[in-house]
Amino acid sequence: MTRSSGFSFIAPLLVLMVVAFNAPIVYMLGLAFWEKGRGFTLEHYEGLAEAPVYLRVLGNTMRIALIATLANIVIGYPLAHWMRGLGSRGRMIAIALVVLPFWVSILVRTYAWIVVLGNGGIVNRALQWSGLTDAPVSFLYNELGVTIGMANVLLPFLVLPLFAAMIRIDDRLLQAAASLGAPPRTIFWKVYFPLTLPALAAGALLVFILCLGFYVTPAILGGGRVPMISNLLDTLINQIPRWEQASAISTILLIVTLLIFAAYRRLDRKASA
Amino acid sequence: MSDIRLEGVTRRYGTFAAADQVDLSVTQGEFVTILGPSGSGKTTLLSLIAGLNRPTSGRIFIGGRDVTNATAQERNIGLVFQSYALFPHMTVLQNVLFPLGVRRIGGAEADRLARDALKLVRLDGLENRRPSQLSGGQQQRVALARAVVFKPDILLLDEPLGALDRKLREELQVELKQLQRTLGVTTLLVTHDQEEALSLSDRIMVLDKGRTQQVAAPTEAYLKPANRFVAEFLGIANFVSLPDGRQGVVRPERVRLSAGEQGKSARVVEAIYLGQMVRYHLALDGNQTVVAAVPFLGTAHAPGERVSVSWESADVWPVT
Ligand SMILES: Nc1ncnc2c1ncn2[C@@H]1O[C@H](COP(=O)(O)OP(=O)(O)OP(=O)(O)O)[C@@H](O)[C@H]1O
Ligand SMILES: [Mg+2]
Repeated sequence: MTRSSGFSFIAPLLVLMVVAFNAPIVYMLGLAFWEKGRGFTLEHYEGLAEAPVYLRVLGNTMRIALIATLANIVIGYPLAHWMRGLGSRGRMIAIALVVLPFWVSILVRTYAWIVVLGNGGIVNRALQWSGLTDAPVSFLYNELGVTIGMANVLLPFLVLPLFAAMIRIDDRLLQAAASLGAPPRTIFWKVYFPLTLPALAAGALLVFILCLGFYVTPAILGGGRVPMISNLLDTLINQIPRWEQASAISTILLIVTLLIFAAYRRLDRKASA
Repeated sequence: MSDIRLEGVTRRYGTFAAADQVDLSVTQGEFVTILGPSGSGKTTLLSLIAGLNRPTSGRIFIGGRDVTNATAQERNIGLVFQSYALFPHMTVLQNVLFPLGVRRIGGAEADRLARDALKLVRLDGLENRRPSQLSGGQQQRVALARAVVFKPDILLLDEPLGALDRKLREELQVELKQLQRTLGVTTLLVTHDQEEALSLSDRIMVLDKGRTQQVAAPTEAYLKPANRFVAEFLGIANFVSLPDGRQGVVRPERVRLSAGEQGKSARVVEAIYLGQMVRYHLALDGNQTVVAAVPFLGTAHAPGERVSVSWESADVWPVT
């Protein structure tokens, strides 16, 4: 098979992709550089720079994404490590439990958090019953709720690659370290952790990128009070509408995402090497 | 002081005993080989001595100190794994520096020790490679350097040459022996290669199903096996009946062939040339077969030829 004959097979698909998918995106991104009747312009970007609200939303999005990613690491790393220590049966059950949320609609999962975190929800009732608080703690319609929801939805994206890297670590490496005189702490920090680091970094970047574009969870758990980029775009397109501004913001988001993705690719290649 | 003493060491997995009432005493500086078929408990025994595994019962002493419940960290033992177990994320030099760092030896002192150890195994110049960029023999040497750099009291080697080709293995056997002599370190080597065991060690310990079969000098174990298992496991054994009805073993080198009538009559079934020796598989009358190994002096008996077979009664060792 030559290259060209292979190409002829995928050409129709390629045309479909370009016409139905890539062209609209390019058109969308191009909108920002165009003003009716006047031609090429950069004023929409200048508009972005002048209206601090946009930059604030971008910064806010980054911050929430970062916190959700860190929360994911704090929960996901010990979880993956614990799963590694299970027997083959226990591992299968644990993986099923971690993957299960993938099969439930994100909408359902997000609304489930309202039941759990609401003022009359399980968490608040438990807190009040135990006497830790008198009044209900508001978890919903603020950044806390959004962060909890996003961390939950994205947990599998971190746990699964991390778990895969962890079970690849040969127990004999850890035994070797012990036989060479290393105490458990040293074994963890000098041998175990470095061997999981590429997968951890790659998983964390993936989660971060996904956080940047999250729409449903901030919309529902934030109750419109936690502006993130996607929700801002929704407003700019569906409500105001100011497509040019939305296009400019999308371009910036795309560039940021691509930069992070490039970093992710490098790390991922290192992780699988 | 770094002698090893095992007293009734047993390790059970459920009802199965991977090590069963093992007694062993190794003196300072001695080179002892643990020999046994796959699954006989060799690795289990080493991991018990190294402290990576705990005996179900029995006691382990190192240098007179009871270390049965001591952690691996407290034992100062150099261990080379069957699979080398080099740290893949570290360079050769970092691998060798690891046990020094753990012992809070750093800086120029650590660097000097590590480079000396690498020189000892003839790996100088490869300090900055990763384990994945080394050949099997080179990885083996790194593992060895890493296991000796911190001057362990005891060196435990789990089939260190098992994964290498024959020529390299023979080369490294010589190096290993020299290294052990240079360092004077008490050494336990695990292998299932009986030639390796016979050529390297002061004494061998033959293990089967977790139980000690014999502990003796190589030649003694070969010529005076404690039982049938040892006789068969170490080289080729001819079993013959003794006048008193017991069984005895004669080694092929002790079997004599002649053209005359002074022994038992036999037919040559097979003649195999082994360089300086020829190995004959012979059929005696009455379905018994005997293997003989005789020096090759230019001519040999051909298959089908009839020869006369004999041995000294002093060369027959009775076994149960
Ligand atoms: N963790 C364990 N759980 C259950 N059985 C075990 C365990 N470790 C070892 N065994 C069993 O103990 C026996 C001895 O194992 P060991 O690894 O010591 O054999 P070995 O002599 O080193 O064999 P080889 O030459 O193949 O390396 C084997 O039958 C093995 O299946
Ligand atoms: Mg073994």
